[in-house]
Amino acid sequence: MTPSPVLRAEGLSMAFGAFKVLDRVSLDVFGGEIVGILGPNGAGKTTFMNLLTGAYRPTTGRVHVLGEDVTHLATADRCRRGIARTHQVPRPFGGMTVFENVLVAARNGRGDPSGDPVGLAWQVLEHTGLAGVANRKAGSLGLLDRKRLELSRALATGPRVVLLDEIGGGLTDAEADRLVALIRDIQRDGVTIVWIEHIMRLLTECCTRMICMAGGAVIADGLPGDVIDAPAVRTAYFGAAA
Amino acid sequence: MTDLTITRSSTTSRITLGLLVAAGLALAALPWINGVGGSGRAVALLVYVLLAVMWNALAGFAGLVSIGQTLFFGVAAYATIRLSDAGIDPFLATILATLIGALLGYVTSLFMVSLSGGEFAIGMWVLSALAHLCVNLDPLIQGETGTSLIALNAYDVETRAALTLWLALAFTAVFMAALILLLRSSTGAAITAIRDDEIAARSVGVDVLRTKRIVFVLAATGTAAAGALWLTSNTSFQPKAFFGVHWTAYMLFMVLVGGLGRIEGALIGAVLFFVIETLFGAYGAWYLVGLGAVAVLFALVLPNGLWGWIGPRLPGEAIPTGYFVHKKEGRTQHVDG
Repeated sequence: MTPSPVLRAEGLSMAFGAFKVLDRVSLDVFGGEIVGILGPNGAGKTTFMNLLTGAYRPTTGRVHVLGEDVTHLATADRCRRGIARTHQVPRPFGGMTVFENVLVAARNGRGDPSGDPVGLAWQVLEHTGLAGVANRKAGSLGLLDRKRLELSRALATGPRVVLLDEIGGGLTDAEADRLVALIRDIQRDGVTIVWIEHIMRLLTECCTRMICMAGGAVIADGLPGDVIDAPAVRTAYFGAAA
Repeated sequence: MTDLTITRSSTTSRITLGLLVAAGLALAALPWINGVGGSGRAVALLVYVLLAVMWNALAGFAGLVSIGQTLFFGVAAYATIRLSDAGIDPFLATILATLIGALLGYVTSLFMVSLSGGEFAIGMWVLSALAHLCVNLDPLIQGETGTSLIALNAYDVETRAALTLWLALAFTAVFMAALILLLRSSTGAAITAIRDDEIAARSVGVDVLRTKRIVFVLAATGTAAAGALWLTSNTSFQPKAFFGVHWTAYMLFMVLVGGLGRIEGALIGAVLFFVIETLFGAYGAWYLVGLGAVAVLFALVLPNGLWGWIGPRLPGEAIPTGYFVHKKEGRTQHVDG
């Protein structure tokens, strides 16, 4: 018997007026996976993520978390069911300290409200390496720390799945490597990861599975090496001649 | 578990609290020092403080910019007239009218808070204009002719002035305390998060609508208290003088000049407005021109308001709503990068 998926997208379609961005995309993500999603600009990756988090409602299709249909739940409710996300352009609560940022997530985002949010928030900051700047205003952080803060807030909600939206973008190679190490750590702690990224190196280093999207549909799904070599993926990225 | 210490106050905040309490006591003693005239001006100051602090809570924290808070200001004044006409003591009527404002705030919140931006702002204005028209239809009010809180004649002038001032002080203290306690509560960090980034707040599980509704009802109640007080202090009720758009302009002025999103900003904005009005109010139209010029000047020179300049220069928050965390141990607080 196959295990039941942590996150299931079932025939998700999204149209803005007559323009179809996503066409019946289905995906099962299983516990412990790091699923990388790549695809050229306009492939529908970010729209797909927004449907998973509940930022948009799909035109058709359903989203399930741990077997529960969450299609009609708002973002905040889905967060409490175990879907957390990071934003492509970090969105810190700039006027609050780093610690307060994470405390808000620990207090509001957990499905199980028992436990001490203060202690939890601190633990997360120690894990992500932000404890030393806990009392600094989040608005004063540099890019790498802002990305760490995004990750910290996501973790503080006690997620089953974390959706990463281009978390590697804009970082130097060394910074990106530090982030990758952290993401691996998080996965070892039992959190499943779905990761949209343009930097292919990060995905191939990290992912247990990769899917490629183009034109609003999944065109390849499998091991990272196989997906990168797939003819359909090469066509999508480099044109027909490749 | 770790040895975490959370500090939520500082020397700055203790001094601020001392100053606020001293100011409150000084105002409370005013009837003996300065008589009726002084008390009336003090009530005006407290009404401005209430309006500024409440508008700031709504716009600065919940991100709900309302240009129709006169709905609560005017309806509470009207309710005071009506209750007093029904034979209730005018001071008790002031308190009951505030509760009616709270109820109106709750009912309004059910459909208004889910609106955002311009829709919310204009929607509130429409509601206020609607209430204004309805009040004009009441035969007791006689349209814009208005009426007076006649029942106040039961008190002699000195008693009336002193009671109004003390009631105003009590209201201001209660609403300030309520707002500060709310911001320090577990909901408080969620409110501040919404202030900074609503979308991010949603994605970490904050129930944005519920949180906004709490702030909205508090702001409605505080604004209603201000309206009832303004009536009790000025005794005459002409609908235009309570539902008029000039109140919205005053609220905007006080909060923007003082500093949006900080209680301290609203406070000093109200004090500044009071001082300008006291010194230049007699100049009529030119006073309003000057007020506009001050607002423009601040927008250009200090876009974050007075407190946006003062606040960061203080060693700690004056009105502390945040958390300062540190771990008791030798080797901690190290971080790479």
